[in-house]
Amino acid sequence: MSDVKKDAVKKVATREAYGNALAEFGEAYPDMVVLDADLAAATKTGVFKKKFPERHIDCGIAEANMMGIAAGLSLTGKIPVASTFAMFAAGRAFEQVRNSIGYPHLNVKIGATHAGITVGEDGASHQCNEDIALMRTIPGMTILNPSDAVEARACVKAALDYEGPVYMRFGRAAVPVINDREDYKFEIGKGQVLREGSDVTIVATGILVNSALEAAEKLAAEGVSAEVINICTIKPLDRELIAASARKTGKVVTAEEHSVIGGLGGAVCEALAEVCPVPVCRIGIEDVFGESGSAGALLVKYGLDGEGVYGKVKAFLS
Amino acid sequence: MEILELKQHANDVRKGIVAAVHGAKAGHPGGSLSAADIFTYLYFEEMNIDPKNPKMEDRDRFVLSKGHTAPGLYSALANRGYFPVEDLPTLRHLGSYLQGHPCLQHVPGVDMSSGSLGQGISAAVGMAMGARLSGKDFRVYTLLGDGEIEEGQVWEAAMFAGHRKLDNLVVIVDNNGLQIDGPIDNVCSPNPIDKKFEAFNFHVVNLEDGNDMEQIRAAFAEARSTKGKPTAIIAHTLKGKGVSFMEGSVDWHGKAPNDAEYEIAVADLERLEAQLSGPVQTTPERNGEA
Repeated sequence: MSDVKKDAVKKVATREAYGNALAEFGEAYPDMVVLDADLAAATKTGVFKKKFPERHIDCGIAEANMMGIAAGLSLTGKIPVASTFAMFAAGRAFEQVRNSIGYPHLNVKIGATHAGITVGEDGASHQCNEDIALMRTIPGMTILNPSDAVEARACVKAALDYEGPVYMRFGRAAVPVINDREDYKFEIGKGQVLREGSDVTIVATGILVNSALEAAEKLAAEGVSAEVINICTIKPLDRELIAASARKTGKVVTAEEHSVIGGLGGAVCEALAEVCPVPVCRIGIEDVFGESGSAGALLVKYGLDGEGVYGKVKAFLS
Repeated sequence: MEILELKQHANDVRKGIVAAVHGAKAGHPGGSLSAADIFTYLYFEEMNIDPKNPKMEDRDRFVLSKGHTAPGLYSALANRGYFPVEDLPTLRHLGSYLQGHPCLQHVPGVDMSSGSLGQGISAAVGMAMGARLSGKDFRVYTLLGDGEIEEGQVWEAAMFAGHRKLDNLVVIVDNNGLQIDGPIDNVCSPNPIDKKFEAFNFHVVNLEDGNDMEQIRAAFAEARSTKGKPTAIIAHTLKGKGVSFMEGSVDWHGKAPNDAEYEIAVADLERLEAQLSGPVQTTPERNGEA
């Protein structure tokens, strides 16, 4: 991480890109209404509020009700984007999302920020490492977990164009921008091979995509050829892409800033067990709660930085 | 519509409720019957709706927050012409569109899926907010149980509605006094209900007899003329109203009548029907007896 090249990389938090995207698309999507639960400054919906105050609804500290209000708004033709921390969106309001949004399959977008351990100093009470697992169990729920600011913006646009419930996952910490290129294209349900390889497949999501790329670079220096796949859409999962790579390399590693239970690792194992059973190593938060600390220090401690992923892949291969 | 005619429709709605629950061999007759007059008034008189066009854009909306009383809603919808009354006994059967709790995607006329208590009111508030944002004048109604209001989400929604002064919203509490585990005052009393809604910045209408059509009419008229505040109608009703052995009994909260009990229920309602279809009186009787 102390490498000079890395320090030069532009860093933006995905929540920042989320707020900017809401404001950017506000005009093109006049039916969009943004809801928040007293966290507009933190979730960055405040950026939208500044531009479209009449279409920003602060529901106060009442997330369960906010999800229901979003459901009702969608039934009058609005495109509600309900925003709060992942802990409250997926955790506290799980059953409202399940019954008031998922079951009637309403056109509600959920913008969940402060996901994962990089919430940092607030500590375990606010570090949601379970939201992907929770949301995956809801039939018809689409789950997007962007890897950087460019992808976060693309997710917002795709979610607005999609008819149905979408859970978008954003982070608090500034992370490297890795998709800033001309040919970047985003499509719900499609994974992307970011680096081709033949010895092992690293399937990564969210900010762990960058760690996976860093790990692949280090592995390459040692003659290990790692394929890196970015899975932004965790549901529906791009099973074909992952299975094709697994068939080629015969070994799969999953990497996510989420519990190793029920998230990307769970989804990939479920898919591969059915179509291409190969050994899988799941990298993520082990079955533990987090703790206070800076985002960067926590990523290192929990083995989720480039070095950590590199070490785990090496151990898996040996 | 004349009060007598509304009473006749309410009796038909009650017949549909017992037929549905009997056919399902399960379900919630007590709270469906207590609210039957309110369901009837809403769908036959109060709301701007079109059974031929259930998704009419600017229709008034109804959310059954106490979703377990789906038999009441379904019977009102069927009797109003949304779907055949003959389908009511398929309630809760595998393959029937009449799901155990209201299902937006399968039942014509259902404006929101519900059943998990406390959630419907939030959706109703969202609809009322949607109307406000779009500058439309449709109204939104939601019916809650008096046990249901023990759920905290109800008060989150009430706080929001009061704060936003959503005067296109009417919250009706079916205050029959009984929940599954017993009288609401013994389980975890939500009383005083009226003062709570007042404290949440609602205009409150205490509907003394929520099974009396004239009083129901007056309550909804008061709600309609109330500006700058949402209205809560606290409707004092009789659980199981209209079926002799179910009236005032907590045992019939969530139980279906067997064949013999069903016959008694039908006889009760046919007797009421005969009374209502007698020569039209010049002065309609004031108190629904029994």
